[in-house]
Parts: sequence; structure tokens; C-alpha cells
Amino acid sequence: MTTNDIIKPENLVYRKPTLLNDTPMHYCPGCSHGVAHKLIAEIIEEMGMEEKTIAISPVGCAVFAYNYIDVDWIEAAHGRAPAVASAVKRLWPDRLVFTYQGDGDLACIGTGETIHALNRGEHIAIIFINNAIYGMTGGQMAPTTLMGMKTSTCPYGREADLHGYPLHITDIAATLEGTTYVTRQAVHTVAAIRKTKKAIRQAFENSLNGQGASLVEVVSTCNAGWKMSPEQANKWMEEHMFKYYPLGDLKNLL
Amino acid sequence: MGKIKGAIIVDTERCKGCGLCAVACPLHVLELTKREVNKKGYSFARQIMEDTCNGCASCAVICPDACITVYKKKEE
Repeated sequence: MTTNDIIKPENLVYRKPTLLNDTPMHYCPGCSHGVAHKLIAEIIEEMGMEEKTIAISPVGCAVFAYNYIDVDWIEAAHGRAPAVASAVKRLWPDRLVFTYQGDGDLACIGTGETIHALNRGEHIAIIFINNAIYGMTGGQMAPTTLMGMKTSTCPYGREADLHGYPLHITDIAATLEGTTYVTRQAVHTVAAIRKTKKAIRQAFENSLNGQGASLVEVVSTCNAGWKMSPEQANKWMEEHMFKYYPLGDLKNLL
Repeated sequence: MGKIKGAIIVDTERCKGCGLCAVACPLHVLELTKREVNKKGYSFARQIMEDTCNGCASCAVICPDACITVYKKKEE
């Protein structure tokens, strides 16, 4: 059997989701955003919600997400995505509404909007990409930066006296009464990607069925910001990030 | 029982050469080019062993830029 015998439409196992268009992504090679985008595109396609999804894009690396996934997008001001999503979901209760935010957007400037939208129990899903750094602006310290981690604004490592402690916003979200589903996942291995896909799917279904707010944190790498190769970044994440941000469901009321 | 054979197609112009597919492949079928580059100047992934691939799609699942299409067929 030659390769040409295998490469036939009936033997197809995996292809680029059709919702993900051909625009080349601006993300650095090996960036976790690409995998997260792909999962979202796959899930929306599987749910058949292509025409009935409204997504809110953040400010940060994912600001151009609307160029890559073919659903309706709104670009919110920095950190205000959950507030915009709340309004959209209240006006269009039958739509799947989700926000896609990074740690600078969700855990720093948008802390207020995030916590209040989750606490109000808005029927939205929030995808939170946590890479512990400000990737877009050149690798500055974020609220989620680990202790001792070097960034361009804390070149000697994060110190508690000077910079305070990492913010565990997902743990805070789990304590709020308005949230139904809070989980922390990663996309560094095939097994982890499959789990994350399940988690995002559940969050989307909660939004669609009006079952309260869901938050899916995706612990991610920023190999350019961390100054590592994509492979090293995945290893570093496993060794260091997972200690501060252990994976698993924090809350699931359904 | 027939052996399952797989084949992949890499969209080499979309590939950015992160190499995560080569790490994820359990059979070490993929490799990054050493000298050849695409239009963007990145080295890209390619299948180096024709017969070894079993179509598990690990490479395609982990690819951040969705460059890999996977096919699988049972050998009769």
C-alpha cells in the first residue's frame, strides 16, 4: 500500500477545522493560543453553532482572534470582555456567548468585570489563557507571574516584598456563587488537549442552556516571552506552572 | 488482522517549525527540515519514515497552526 492509496477522502482522520480560516496566525511558533483556537473552532463546528455564536475578543495576543475563527466577534476594550458578553447574552439568550481572554486582560485590568460577571451568574463562558506573562507587549510581569520568575520588568525574578504574590483568579472564581463550572486545564500534550476540549465543550453548553457562568483556565506557554524553545517551554510549564496552578476541576455543579 | 497504516500531509507554507509535532509523535515519524525553509523562512515539519506512521493523529492534534491533515487505512 503506497501513501497515495492512503491519502483519500474516505480515509481522513484529522483535518483543520473548517471554521478556522486560511489566514496565517500571527502567534509565535509553538504558541498555545493556536491549539486553543483550534479546539474552539472544532467544538463550535461539532455543536452546529456556526451561525449562532457570538465571541468577545480581548486586548492582548488574542486581539486578532476574529481574523482566524469564522464566527461573529466583538472586540472589547481592555479587560471589559465579560461586561460586553453579559450584555450580548442578555439581549440574545439563545446564542452561545463566550469571551477569550489572556491573563493580562482577565486577571489584571479586567479583574473587576470578570469577578462581577461571574458572581452575577451571567450565562457566559470565559476561556482564560494563563501564560504568566504579558506576551504581546514584550514579556512584562503579569499578576499571574510565578514567584522568582524572570520577566522584562522583574529581571531578577518576582519578589514578594516588591511585587506581591501571584493571583489565583480561578480559585477566587470557584468560591463565587454565580459560577457553575470552573476548571483548570492545559494544552501541552495530546491527552491534556482532549481534556481541555471536553471542558470547553461543557462551558459552551452551560452558556447555551443558560446554566450560569463557566470559567475554563488554560495554563499555557509563552515560549517567546519565557525565552525558550516550544519544547522547553512545555517542560518548564509542567515543572513550574503546575505547582502554582494545579490542573483539574475546581467546581462543577452539574 | 490487517495493520493500520497512516499518512500525513503538512501544509508547509502554514507551518512555523515549532517542532511540537515531532515531539508528540510516538513513532518519531516527523522531523523538521534542517536547510530547507518555506516562504516565511521557517524550517517545516515533514514525514521522514514513509511506512511507520499509524495515523494516530497526535501530531495534528498538537499542531498550534493546524497544518497537518491525517489519513488512516487498514491494510488488507
